[in-house]
Amino acid sequence: MSNKPFYSSITKKIIMSLMGLFLITFLVVHLTLNSFLLFSNDLFNAGAHFMGTDPFIQAFQWVLFAGFAIHIFYGIVLQIQNWISRPKGYKRRAFMEQSPFSKYMIYTGLLIFIFLIIHLGNFFFVKMGWIGNGVPLTSNGEENMAELVRNLFQHGGYVAFYVIMFILMGFHLDHAFQSAFQTLGLNHKTYWGFIKGLSRAYAIVITIGFVIIPLFIYFKIV
Amino acid sequence: MTKIDSKIPEGPIAEKWTRYKEHQKLVNPANKRKIDIIVVGTGLAGSSAAASLGEMGFNVKVFCIQDSPRRAHSIAAQGGINAAKNYPNDGDTIYRLFYDTVKGGDYRSRESNTYRLAEVSNNIIDQCVAQGVPFAREYSGYLANRSFGGALVSRTFYARGQTGQQLLLGAYGALSKEIKRGSVKLYTRREMLDLVVMKDGRARGIIVRNLFTGELERYSAHAVLLATGGYGNVYFLSTNAMTSNGSAAWRAYKRGAYFANPCYVQIHPTCIPVHGEYQSKLTLMSESLRNDGRIWVPKKKEDAERIRKKELRPRDIPEEDRDYYLERRYPAFGNLAPRDVSSRAAKERCDAGYGVGPTGLAVFLDLKDAIARLGKEVIKARYGNLIDMYERITGENAYETPFMIYPAVHYCMGGLWVDYELESNIPGLFVGGEANFSDHGANRLGASAIMQGLSDGYFILPYTMQNYLADQITVGPIPTNTSEFDEAEKDVQARIDRLMAVKGKVPVDTFHKKLGHIMWEHVGMARNREGLKEGIKMIQELREDFWKNVRVPGNPMGINIELEKALRVADFLELGELMARDALHREESAGGHFREEYQTPDGEAMRNDKDFMYVAAWEYKGDDKEPALNKEELNYEYIEVKTRNYKTA
Amino acid sequence: MNFKLKIWRQASPNDKGQFVDYEVHDISSDASFLEMIDILNDELVEKGEDPIAFDHDCREGICGMCSMFINGHPHGPEAATTTCQLHMRKFKDGETIVIEPWRARPFPVIKDLIVDRSAFDEIIRAGGFISVTTGGVPDANAIPIKKEVADLAMDAAACIGCGACVAACKNASAMLFVSAKVSQFALLPQGKVEAKDRVKSMVAKMDELGFGNCTNTYACEAECPKEISITNIARMNRQFIGAKLG
Repeated sequence: MSNKPFYSSITKKIIMSLMGLFLITFLVVHLTLNSFLLFSNDLFNAGAHFMGTDPFIQAFQWVLFAGFAIHIFYGIVLQIQNWISRPKGYKRRAFMEQSPFSKYMIYTGLLIFIFLIIHLGNFFFVKMGWIGNGVPLTSNGEENMAELVRNLFQHGGYVAFYVIMFILMGFHLDHAFQSAFQTLGLNHKTYWGFIKGLSRAYAIVITIGFVIIPLFIYFKIV
Repeated sequence: MTKIDSKIPEGPIAEKWTRYKEHQKLVNPANKRKIDIIVVGTGLAGSSAAASLGEMGFNVKVFCIQDSPRRAHSIAAQGGINAAKNYPNDGDTIYRLFYDTVKGGDYRSRESNTYRLAEVSNNIIDQCVAQGVPFAREYSGYLANRSFGGALVSRTFYARGQTGQQLLLGAYGALSKEIKRGSVKLYTRREMLDLVVMKDGRARGIIVRNLFTGELERYSAHAVLLATGGYGNVYFLSTNAMTSNGSAAWRAYKRGAYFANPCYVQIHPTCIPVHGEYQSKLTLMSESLRNDGRIWVPKKKEDAERIRKKELRPRDIPEEDRDYYLERRYPAFGNLAPRDVSSRAAKERCDAGYGVGPTGLAVFLDLKDAIARLGKEVIKARYGNLIDMYERITGENAYETPFMIYPAVHYCMGGLWVDYELESNIPGLFVGGEANFSDHGANRLGASAIMQGLSDGYFILPYTMQNYLADQITVGPIPTNTSEFDEAEKDVQARIDRLMAVKGKVPVDTFHKKLGHIMWEHVGMARNREGLKEGIKMIQELREDFWKNVRVPGNPMGINIELEKALRVADFLELGELMARDALHREESAGGHFREEYQTPDGEAMRNDKDFMYVAAWEYKGDDKEPALNKEELNYEYIEVKTRNYKTA
Repeated sequence: MNFKLKIWRQASPNDKGQFVDYEVHDISSDASFLEMIDILNDELVEKGEDPIAFDHDCREGICGMCSMFINGHPHGPEAATTTCQLHMRKFKDGETIVIEPWRARPFPVIKDLIVDRSAFDEIIRAGGFISVTTGGVPDANAIPIKKEVADLAMDAAACIGCGACVAACKNASAMLFVSAKVSQFALLPQGKVEAKDRVKSMVAKMDELGFGNCTNTYACEAECPKEISITNIARMNRQFIGAKLG
């Protein structure tokens, strides 16, 4: 069975990696914004306000959604084609991968997708007023996103879920970052070690960065 | 006795090939499409010929025994390919390459063919570079050369230790291009089991067995080219691949083609020694190791004995107690003495009780001095892959302890007799590469096999076959439903049925191993009259035993590996006898053929130019009759025939 | 040494196939893996059973004919080694060894451990060559090629076309094989003329034949008997992007 639908294999991979790199950049922005919470609620609210009102950002968020959608769509297409490519598996398989998390990309990806829905439900949809009782207000009558977040992170179960999801996200990113470079042909023997190191460092920083915020809030450190 | 006509063109040797090409007949482009050619084998000769003939516009059908043309055993040639480019400016010329090849062949090759080989050698390098063969290069960006046994110049081009692979992949690429274009049709997993010769005496087709379905298939053409390699596997253990066999050539012989000089078999000096009864093949270590490795055995028998018992390690033997016997006996060429000379010298030492290794059938090849001189890194860059391979097979590290090597059957100089046009005595049957006998005489120099394969395939056969085909344009397509095809297929079927009907108890390999043993002992590195006579008798007895007791299980339809092997071994059992007969009749020592009765007091080979300066072309006369000997006299006009001397330059 | 073997037996392409248990005894540690199978086959023949069909030819690690997925690895557990050069000393006495054919949709099983790898030939036919005809080429030294470039091309050209990369890849992708050929010619000046068409048509053929997509797991590189580097895949991706853009 041919592996031609939805462009050639390499084109599909290139789309995948470009979207991935785009999302990787987005995560940095997101983390930066989240980290404001560690400093002050006002700073975080100001950031949230900017993100929620700036017309460019407003427009761009649809690009971001499209990025997610394309990334997910191609992730699924690639995976299905890959399963079809080996109709009968091996009885015994040894460990051979050099980038082991690549094996679980579809699973970590799907879990991240579920998380994303829940995450959007908790914040974005609330903010948009599609579900829940709306965002709590500050004393000035402005939206207090910080309060919304802090309230959510009082639930131990939710914090645990959040932490686990970001560890999975870390695995996803550890493969994703360097893999995108390889797919785009940016593999050079002199720099490859650096890119792989950067990939791992990025995955760790993002994971720790996202994870410490709920933990700090839950344990009342900030 | 039939008169042999080798069709050597007139004129001075340097002009013969040009003159031939100037006067040969050509086929016009429109007519080429009407001509079919069968090429059997996809090694260097077969692939390059099929590709070149396809490019010209002929309809080519090419057959290979493996699943892909790229698997042919040419792929295993390691060291390199010779050419008279003289890039290193060390005095090489076409004449010198020609001279070295004739001398290396112990003055038993046809002068005109060998000269032509040297002449087109340069074109091969040009062609392969254009195909993208990644030959080794100097820092300047120009091609690198190294030296090889039997030469005083550096004329060997190489691609690491995988020259044959790279050249074959180049030819395979050219072939793939033609298959894509539609001029060549590829048939894989087919083994040729008979040649079809028409009543008018012309070769017009083949019978093959489809190794997957087991069915016999007929293919017809206006000419047939056999490029089916050598018959070294008659010895069971050799450096040949498992499917390398002599059946295509043998079947052609039984249809009337002459078999020339079957006794000339090259024993390669640098193989990994035999380690057990179950062993299936011998692995070659590239001869290029002899550039930097020094070959030795202990000077004292007791040291050799203690090494065999593992009481001493090779490094424990002090310099003064080592016998660098090649450097001692052949000061000018030293460790780079030709293959036959080196092999016999190793055997001589081992027979005299100085051999090492558990069996006593091994000598050392030591990189110690080279590592000291050049550093481990340089040695690693040059021979790293060989050293790794040796470690995988033997578990020993050649940086620390010397390699152990011993000679093994490697190449067959003998083969189907061909004339200057590489056409056998059967009109329309051409033979290229190792399958023919033509260019190497009684011994082949290193890095010359792939040179010959490619020169035959790219630059000679496309011309000479065209010369033959020029008067075939009016013949029209050859039908496969003629009585000749019927008869040939019936013969093959009868052979298969007979094998299946034996229902004995003994596996084919057991007979093959026994045959190999007889061949190695009696028709091996050193032969003598009594041994050969005994060998012939033993082969005949073994053959009888085979047809009574061989076990071929299963069904002839579908994949049946035992049947495949049985068909090949049945032919080897006949071919082995012809080799022994040829060796017995040749009462001299020449190149790969060493008769113990004919040696100088210090053990060097003694030729007999007066009585044996000829090609022995054997003619099949029937299973119950002795083969007839036809002689093609060899005349040397451009080279003075001398005793081969590698002691002084 | 003694071994228990679990070997995939399948009479024909359409047969369902199953694992069959065998035992071999008194095998020398110096025997190669294929010689061990030879010994087993001799026993099977003597018992009148059908010997195990497997591909092999040169038995010196260069023809690329041998295959076999041994204990979870293509060509067995030893790195940079083909099955024919694998020796029994690398296994533990008494060990159970599982032997399977290559598994990939484009490599259908033909019998037992033999698979059809002609898909690789088809990919080469799609453009894995330089379209030069015999004769009429310049002198070999007419175009100098930087030594490092020639060495890189040789690294890529060392591929033996065995299919271990496809067998190892969790997606049965042929990217390492295809990229090795694309790289070799993309690096050399002689190959640059057709480089763009070559990469496009070889990738298209690879996709058409149903090989999976590369997900940069790099199992191919880890298992390649000739240690072909995944930098070739990156180079092919670059070539592909360049070819599509221009």
